[in-house]
Amino acid sequence: MTAVKLGRIALSVLAIVLAIVWIFPVYWMVNSAFISTAVLQQFTPHFFPGQYFTWSNFTGAISDGSFFGALGMSVTITLLVVAVCLVFAFLGAVAISRFKFRGRKSFVLALLLIQMLPAEGLFIAQYKMVSSVGLLNTVVGVSVIYIAAVIPFTIWMLRGFVAGVPAELEEAAMVDGLSRFQAFMRITFPLLAPGLVASGVYAFLQAWNEFTVAVVLLPAESAQTLPLWLRGFVQASATRETDWGQVMAASTIVAIPVIIFFLIVQGRMTSGIVGGAVKG
Amino acid sequence: MSAHAPGPRIQPRRTTGIPYVLIVPAVIALLLGLGYPLIWQFITAFQKYGLAQQFGKPPEWVGFDNFADLLWNGEFWAVLVRSLLFCVVTAAVTVVVGVLMAQLMNAVGRTVRLILQVSMLFAWAMPVAAATTVFIWLFDRRRGVVNFLLDAIPGVDMNRFDWLGHPITFFIVASVLIIWMSVPFVSFAVYAGLTQISDEVMEAAQIDGAGAWQRFRRIIVPMIRPVLSIVLLLQLIWDLRVFAQITLLKDAGSKSGDFDLLGTYIYKLGTAANDYGMASAVSIIVLIITLALSWVYVRELIKEDEAQ
Repeated sequence: MTAVKLGRIALSVLAIVLAIVWIFPVYWMVNSAFISTAVLQQFTPHFFPGQYFTWSNFTGAISDGSFFGALGMSVTITLLVVAVCLVFAFLGAVAISRFKFRGRKSFVLALLLIQMLPAEGLFIAQYKMVSSVGLLNTVVGVSVIYIAAVIPFTIWMLRGFVAGVPAELEEAAMVDGLSRFQAFMRITFPLLAPGLVASGVYAFLQAWNEFTVAVVLLPAESAQTLPLWLRGFVQASATRETDWGQVMAASTIVAIPVIIFFLIVQGRMTSGIVGGAVKG
Repeated sequence: MSAHAPGPRIQPRRTTGIPYVLIVPAVIALLLGLGYPLIWQFITAFQKYGLAQQFGKPPEWVGFDNFADLLWNGEFWAVLVRSLLFCVVTAAVTVVVGVLMAQLMNAVGRTVRLILQVSMLFAWAMPVAAATTVFIWLFDRRRGVVNFLLDAIPGVDMNRFDWLGHPITFFIVASVLIIWMSVPFVSFAVYAGLTQISDEVMEAAQIDGAGAWQRFRRIIVPMIRPVLSIVLLLQLIWDLRVFAQITLLKDAGSKSGDFDLLGTYIYKLGTAANDYGMASAVSIIVLIITLALSWVYVRELIKEDEAQ
């Protein structure tokens, strides 16, 4: 009995240690962001900001000159991608979960396969396409690529929500004299709000975090998004003494909205990715 | 869209034009963003398309020449083997660690589990650019906390060890970063699978004398096999696309080709060497590898979906 108890305690200790290891890089980012670079340059690291606490890294990173441009780019691209994806994916999800039609199965199959295509396998072709119509370094050019990359999974995710509202509910409303469209809009649509939020957040995360395609399609410094702005700090570090406090403040700024939104949708995303393999 | 219902009796939904109209916007978006580049790339892979074509010379059909060139290209083979090795090792370690973490979540009490889950959620949520930047700082040669902690171990001299300067340690850092980012997803998915195994089954096995390893091998693994195979496939596919991490780590480390994986190699061929024919050929190879892996995944997903 005591051996079992001891085992349990040992496992709990191990779990806590692993929890600390896993959160450490995130903690270290925030910690370093609040310590001035002069202190970070000492050879002994400080595990708490303590007396060295400062906001100067954040003000320094933001007044870097290109921050607000990058923020504007990121926000514009993200809003555009979220809005377009939600509308298009919603229509597509209704089609595949509320209708039987020829080609439905192949459409779903194609969506799932397309979703797996790596950006690395296509970005040179996308670069040629976008540059040939003069849309390099523009919101539209990069958004067209993001939308195509994000739509398949948003349809797949929303499909689950639409299918979760029993068609009988709609049919009952139709018996009561509503048209099919009215029944859908009054009965099913309101029940889809959580699904739309989850899919919207998914699209937000994808567009906000995207780095690979952005590197290729937004080469100009004036057109960079926040992840590229962050890269600027890393690149600069190759040639001169890195201002790590500022770099970590920049990382924190990029990460915070993502962490907040991610925590909202995490559960839904796992079940979407692994499908019915896990019945949560 | 306003197809009016005929009467109180609802007809079973037949094929009409409506679903096709509904999928048109999505299909157009996909054709524009993916379809057209895909076709262009497929054509270009069979053409000589270099700097001269950039300046207006029409591309020249060369059949399988680009692929044949790759066959004899030592650098390409080095990159391919390196990428596959990196992918397989990283994915395997991720899944093993993820399964062990899931077992741990299952074994500990509620509060401890919550602490572990919250800390993993933070790691999972980190944007790739921010996560990579933090790892560059953690492994910084002079002031990185990793060298500081390792150096503090008696007998270990890691002062100013240049992790990103040597290919082996460079890829170890990249791998640790990707494992750190990916394990939470694996653990959460596997943990969800574990919670479906009933306690009665496990107790019955224990009473019948099955040891911990036997229970794991004979009960747990078969019961979580579907989620395990999906997760492993996804990791393999995802660990082939690590352009973001490798690019940023290279920014902080070395520009040398010894540090390239498929993504950065294609980027170099396309944007630096302007050799679009070869870049397209390599891209096609990457797409074929991914599609072969994805096909298995998608089949599983649809099978699970229909079984539901």
